[in-house]
This record gives sequence, structure tokens and C-alpha cells, in this order.
Amino acid sequence: MVSLRGVTKRFEDVAAVDRLDLDIRDGEFLALLGPSGCGKTTTLRMIAGFEQPTEGEIFIGGSPVVGVPAHKREVNTVFQQYALFPHLDILDNVAYGLKQRGVGRKERRGLAAEALKLVHLVGRDHARPAQLSGGMQQRVALARALVLKPKVLLLDEPLGALDQKLRKAMQIELKRLQADVGITFIFVTHDQEEALAMADRIAVMDAGRIEQLAPPRELYDEPATPFVAGFIGDMSTVGGTLAGDAVELSGGLRVPLGRRLVEAANGAAVRVGLRPECATFRPAEGGPGNAEVATAMVLGDRLQVLARMGDGDEVLLRQPRAHGDAAVAALRPGDGLSVEFHPEVGLLLECAGAATAAPVVAPTPQEVAS
Amino acid sequence: MVGGAIGLAGVAVAAALYTQLGSLVTALPGAALLICVALPVFVGGGLLLQRAGVTGRSPGGYPLTLLAPSLAYYAAFFLVPLAFLVAFSVATPLGYGGVSYGFDLGNFSQAFDPIYLRVFTRTLRFAAIGTLLVILVGFPMAYWLARYAPAKRKNLFLGLMIVPFWTSFLIRTYSFLIVLDPHFVLSRGLEDVGLIDKPLHLLYTNTAVQIGIVYNYLPLFVLPVYASLDRLDWKLLDAANDLGSSAFAAMRQVTLPLAIPGLATGTLLVFIPMMGEYVIPQILGGGRVDLMGNIIQRAFLEQQNYPLGAAIAMVLMAALSLFLILYIWLSTRATEVGDA
Ligand SMILES: Nc1ncnc2c1ncn2[C@@H]1O[C@H](COP(=O)(O)OP(=O)(O)O)[C@@H](O)[C@H]1O
Ligand SMILES: [Mg+2]
Repeated sequence: MVSLRGVTKRFEDVAAVDRLDLDIRDGEFLALLGPSGCGKTTTLRMIAGFEQPTEGEIFIGGSPVVGVPAHKREVNTVFQQYALFPHLDILDNVAYGLKQRGVGRKERRGLAAEALKLVHLVGRDHARPAQLSGGMQQRVALARALVLKPKVLLLDEPLGALDQKLRKAMQIELKRLQADVGITFIFVTHDQEEALAMADRIAVMDAGRIEQLAPPRELYDEPATPFVAGFIGDMSTVGGTLAGDAVELSGGLRVPLGRRLVEAANGAAVRVGLRPECATFRPAEGGPGNAEVATAMVLGDRLQVLARMGDGDEVLLRQPRAHGDAAVAALRPGDGLSVEFHPEVGLLLECAGAATAAPVVAPTPQEVAS
Repeated sequence: MVGGAIGLAGVAVAAALYTQLGSLVTALPGAALLICVALPVFVGGGLLLQRAGVTGRSPGGYPLTLLAPSLAYYAAFFLVPLAFLVAFSVATPLGYGGVSYGFDLGNFSQAFDPIYLRVFTRTLRFAAIGTLLVILVGFPMAYWLARYAPAKRKNLFLGLMIVPFWTSFLIRTYSFLIVLDPHFVLSRGLEDVGLIDKPLHLLYTNTAVQIGIVYNYLPLFVLPVYASLDRLDWKLLDAANDLGSSAFAAMRQVTLPLAIPGLATGTLLVFIPMMGEYVIPQILGGGRVDLMGNIIQRAFLEQQNYPLGAAIAMVLMAALSLFLILYIWLSTRATEVGDA
């Protein structure tokens, strides 16, 4: 439905988007996910037609659109701060696009009212945008774009300004709406949870490039790059020595390896990434154990510890609570811990000699706790 | 405290107006005197009223006595002169500046003389064309400043536009004698680049007056329009484009309606004083171009027929008030009825 071929956008000398290739399928819910400043908005603005790429081609529904002005493209946008027209009432805001198409007054008002019903906003037709709450404005922005039945709907962090609870509710509603109307959604967000919850596929972006394009589960289980591994979900890293299909940590712990993102020779110093659910843990009995508790907390139905292992690397671990686990729940900083890894949990990220991999930032305890 | 602040603000405005009209040298001592005399009067007045137990309160909860100083100023320097004007307009002229007060409508029937009506329509034409030209030149200027001027330079450009106002209005207008002189700046420049082949005789014509008017009033229009455009969220234009508006349609349906408050203020700020303009026609029109202001001025200063001058001024004021009411009505309607 939408294809980007080698698209580059430079502002002065900085490449905001850098030789980007992306194919978005018909009817798909695609999330563009990445840290702030990675070029998500710029990518969206090029698809919408507000910016022209410095290089590359963009196709919408098979036809090239570079050079076609925004008002002639069959895509519509839900803006980050909604950009509702303050001088028009809600109904006229939603009918605005239809008016531009020359739809008669009566018909466009009917269609606008229908679109407002679709997003569950009724009875506020003659209010001004400023009189509505953020959540309602969000719905108006959605209705204003959907009423034109675009081939593709572009959404730039549409839930960013809403509070947590409303956000969660809107995520579900948006997802259902997309399934109902069958329009291709390109959804920009910097919130990985949001992307994981809503998207069919997620394009993880960093520094103007796509690091990986895959369904949520695949991104989590099979990250293609250290950046993706670190960006999606919690991941801690620990240093050790490669020994066959495991990494040996000083102190004797062995992390069984799964995927490898870098080549490494036996005996090389490597870093390995670990998800929180990679192991089970319990208090060490009759000895110091193979790790030490840095912090421990009970998260309702789960237990979480930050375990110090190897050369002092801290690894975040979580496990569901079991019946009669009082001893585990009573862990205190400094206690000995007995950690047992599941098979093939280690993600080989980095090798001291290898030039390819970038370092993965391990979550700090504060981030982990939040 | 607050009364003093209000008084001070009033004095500041008065001083600003004063420096605008007179030259800086005469204005400064005047303004200083005004501050020295008026400030204690205002503050003292406010305090006395409060002491006297006048305790009404505004809806905002502030004691109404705080309004007293500015009301006093308004009464002393606007309402009282206006009352004199009304009294003059119905008095009987005795010649050589003498009047006998009474109720004589003869001045008004004289004010509606076809000669004056012709001057009135001419003045209206000058002001209308002038306002239109100011809009045509000023709107793109304000738009460019608000949207495209580099953020760091905006204040510089605004400053450059205001700097000429630091010199006296008279000096600025006289300087146009040089600009428009057939043997100086403009004419020579155009000859040099080959656009014209004989000297341009603009001076002392309607065109010269029109040019002078537009030049002098331009910043008065640009500033309020800039202020309202600067507040505009340019994302709204992206949104309009996104929904199918061409740049032109977006300008008409989004930018202009949202700029109406600034446009209304700006056009009023230039149109009304243009209707009363008499210095520019005198200097750049060389006395050959008569506007309402010149007629009134002459009635007062040359013929010393105060009642006639006052009557013409009243008629002009009434006509302007009508325009004003119509205009405000139209522009509030335009902001309220946003139809899609
Ligand atoms: N109009 C612009 N002029 C200059 N630089 C820009 C412009 N728009 C974006 N950039 C730069 O391009 C990069 C990507 O920006 P953006 O696409 O907004 O990122 P994101 O939406 O992922 O946060 C940033 O470094 C930003 O500073
Ligand atoms: Mg962005």
C-alpha cells in the first residue's frame, strides 16, 4: 500500500531519515517505533506530503507520489496535538475535508455526524475544540481524518497527550476501529508497550534507519540488532567468556546461548543479553549461591530481583509467585541467590574483538523499578 | 499601589503619544512634567477616594476606586475637550474667533455644504485606498515575519520597522519631500535603472499624499496583524492541506479567519487616523490636496470660525463612529460564524 525506496531526508547536513526502505501492506496496522529524534515524524510527514524527500521514491497504492502536494494525496493525518481548527465547531471540523471535495452542505454534515458516532463522540456537535477534553479532541481528530475514507491513515503519537488510563482505553479502541474500517494505519510512537499492544508489525527506528521490521513477538524473541534487543522489553547485559554454546560468568554461572548477533571465537570475552524471564531464582541454601540480591521487590503477582552476578553485572529477573514462596518473597539486598537459567536464553550481543555491535544500555535499577 | 500603577500606565501612554507628535526634545520635559504633576494627583486621588469610604468592587474583586485615576484622566483630557467641541458646534460665530454660546444648528447646515461633502468623499477615498494599500503591503510583511523570518531575527526586524517612529512624524514626512523630489532619490533612481526617461513629478500630487499616508501608517497595521499571526499554530495549515485544501484555500479558510482580530485592529488603527489626516496633505500635497482634516484645521486656525470647525469635526466623528460600529459588527460576526 505504501512503499518507501531509499528515502533520505536531510535538514542542512543532518540526515533525519537515512536511506529508508519500507513496505506497508494493505490494511495493516504498522507502528513506527523509536526514540525521540530518530526520524519518525519526518518519515510520516514525507508520506503525508508536508516534506519532500531529499532522495528516494515513495509509492502510495502503487503510484509514485514524490512531488504530489499533500492536498492531492489519498492519505490523512491525525496530528500529534490534533491541530483542530479553533474557529470551527466540532461538526464543521469533521466536515472540513468533505467541503474541500465539494460535498454538499447537508450531505457532509450527515457524514460528519456519522464519523463522530463511529468514534463515540455524540452530542457535542456545536462545541468548539477548546471546550472539549483532550480525549474528546483526539476523537474529533480521528473522525476528521476517517470521514474522508483515506487509503492510509497516518497517526503521529496520537495518544501522547492523554493520561495513562485513557491511553490504554484508546489503544484498544483504535485497534478495534482499524479492524472495523479496514484502513491501513501507520502509527508513530516512542512507547514500546503501545506499539506491542496495537501493531501487526513494528518498524523499530534509530538514527533515521529501520533496525528491524517484524511482528511484536518476533521483535521480542528474535531481535535482529543489539539496539532492538535493548529497546524492546527489558534486557540486562552481563559479561563473560564464550564456551561452546554457553557463556561462562566469573563465579561459575553458565548462561546457555540462544541467538547470536555477532560472531565470536571460543574463549572470547563477550556480552550476553538476558530477558527478565530467563531464569528461576530462590534463596541460596547452605552457601553463598551463584548470585547476590541487589534489590528485591514483590510486584503483586510477580517477584522481581536485581541479581548481581559475574563481574558485578546486575541482571533483572522476574518470576511468577508460587504458593508458599514466603522465603523467596522475603529476599533482602545482600542475600545469596541461587539462579537457574532456562535453555537457550542468552542473546550473544557483543564480542570484545568484533566491530559490528553497538553497546546495549542495560536498564538502570530506577528504570527497572518503574 | 495599584491605583498608582494604573495612573503611571496612563501617563506612560500619554507621554508616548506626546513624544510621537512633538519632537523628542520638547516632549521629554513635557512628559516629565506630566509625570511629576499627574502621578501624585492620581495616586492621591485614588487614596482619598478610598479613605472617603467609596467601596464599590468590580466583578474581579478589586476596589473600583482604583479605576478613579484613569477615569479622571479620561474625563480631564478627553470628555472635557469633547464637551467644548459640542458646545462650540452649536454656538454662533461672531467672527475673529468670537463665539456666542447658544443653540444654533446653522453650523451643521453649513457643514453639509456640497463643497465639504466633496472633500469628505475625497478623504474617504484617500483613506480607503490608503487602507487597502497598507493591507496589500502590510499583510505579506506581517505574514513573512510571523511565519518565515528566522526566529532569532524576528525582534530585529520588528525593531527596524519601529525605529522610524523614534523620529518625529513631521520629520519623517518632510523627508519624503526629498525622496519624491523630481531631482532626487526616487526619480533619479528610476532614471538610472532606465525605468523612466524623464523626471518623475510626484511631489505635490494626490499620489505623493497617498504614498506618504501608506508609509506613515504601515507599522500601525503590521504590528497587530503580526501579533495575531504569530500566535497562529502553523500545524493548522498542514491539517488543512492534509484534508484537501490548496494553499490558497487554507489561507482563506484558516489563516484569515484566525487573523481577523489582528486585521480588524490593524485596519481600524490606520483607517481612522487617515480620515483625520491633515499634516501629510499639507506637506506632500503642498496645499493643493485638501482633506477633511485640512478643512477643520483651517476653520479653526485661519478663519477662526470655531463653531464651523467644531460642527465639521462632529459630523466627521459621527460618520466614523458609524463605520466603526458597522465594522466591529461585521468582524465579530466573521469570527463567530465559521462555516464549513
Ligand atoms: N524542519 C526541521 N529542520 C531541521 N531539523 C529537523 C526538522 N525536522 C526534524 N528535524 C530533525 O530531524 C531529526 C528527526 O526528527 P523527527 O522526525 O521529528 O523525530 P521523531 O519524530 O522521531 O522524534 C531530529 O534530529 C530533528 O531535530
Ligand atoms: Mg515526533
